[in-house]
Amino acid sequence: MAITVHVDIVSAREAVFSGPAEMVIASVVLGEIGILPRHTPLLTQLRPGEVRVKLAEGQEESFYVSGGILEVQPHVVTVLADTAMRARDLDEAKALAAKGRAEQMLRDKISALEYAQAVAELAEAVAQLQTINKLRQKSGVR
Amino acid sequence: MAVGKEIRVKIKSVQNTQKITRAMEMVAASKMRKAQERMAASRPYAQKMRNVIGHLANAHPEYKHPYLVERPVKRVGYIIISSDRGLCGGLNSNLFRRLVAEMRQNRNDGIQISLCTIGNKAAGFFARMGGEVLGQAHHLGDAPKLEDLIGVVKVMLDAYDEGKIDRLYLVYNEFVNTMTQKPTIQQMLPIQASDDQQLKHHWDYLYEPEAKDVMTALLTRFIESQVYQGVVENAACEQAARMVAMKAASDNAGNLIGDLKLMYNKARQAAITQEIAEIVGGASAL
Repeated sequence: MAITVHVDIVSAREAVFSGPAEMVIASVVLGEIGILPRHTPLLTQLRPGEVRVKLAEGQEESFYVSGGILEVQPHVVTVLADTAMRARDLDEAKALAAKGRAEQMLRDKISALEYAQAVAELAEAVAQLQTINKLRQKSGVR
Repeated sequence: MAVGKEIRVKIKSVQNTQKITRAMEMVAASKMRKAQERMAASRPYAQKMRNVIGHLANAHPEYKHPYLVERPVKRVGYIIISSDRGLCGGLNSNLFRRLVAEMRQNRNDGIQISLCTIGNKAAGFFARMGGEVLGQAHHLGDAPKLEDLIGVVKVMLDAYDEGKIDRLYLVYNEFVNTMTQKPTIQQMLPIQASDDQQLKHHWDYLYEPEAKDVMTALLTRFIESQVYQGVVENAACEQAARMVAMKAASDNAGNLIGDLKLMYNKARQAAITQEIAEIVGGASAL
């Protein structure tokens, strides 16, 4: 039997693949690399593209990843695939949106409004409870 | 017969409330199952990520990434995960109470606080409480997506990079089981190395292209995956808590209806008795 390396491919949403393989071929930032068992420890970023896993007996499975991290240990290869589309500018835009929402909140003073709403609801609930209690006393149940 | 009209109306209204709470209970039960599946599905990624980080923390890189280095604490950041909607028992308020206690402790020690909120409830609460809110995300829906979280996480990571915060915590509810949700405050930055590895000898990775870039990408994803896991877990907690709360509400409504019915019947009987007494009285008078 050929020497194999254990391969795990996972994304944030699910585990995609797990099992022994003779070779893993992935496209990383610096180009295409093939990883055989007992490769030296390596940590690198994946490019969008194909990850091919050569199984025993000449079979091959291929997966598409939109990016992520590849970790290699002598006996384990781990692919941490991204599910999200991302780029530096895109992340920046998302950060700005998150900040914007916080500022919007302060400006709108939604807090005061929400508070008033909650108080009104509470007053109504208390009034209802009082009515029920009065009804109970009137009819002498408990 | 005009007896107890108000009571009848009241019974009807409580019955309607009970219908709603019962429906919400069933919806929450089915949503909870799905949320639990989602939680289980995202666990392998978090697990593998933790393994890789564990390896990395035990490697001896020439480059020390700031995310791995402790520094004196002057200001801390919290990412608070809450639900978007209410009617889920004490889920959010328990979490906030726990956090507020810790924040007070920090203030007493002279440590400043920055916040980032996920979910409407946290946003509302901390806007009222008054605190420096750096970023917000809400309306994530039942199936939260990682994309929606990148923004909030980046705001906090940027603050950390710029030295505005020296520690970052994640605040969320941990799903223990359907009946129990545990408010949890977990330190994310600097990353604490686990020492349960057998990789103690001196070694290091090959980094391609640059140690700094690769580590930044990896550690950012690690933080994001933890936040995502927290959000997914909190969603499961929310549904579980709502299910339990709505069950209690349905039971209470049932009791209330019972009481009101008893009251109504007593009033009806009293009216009938009175009428008979009047008739008998009238007949004997003749």
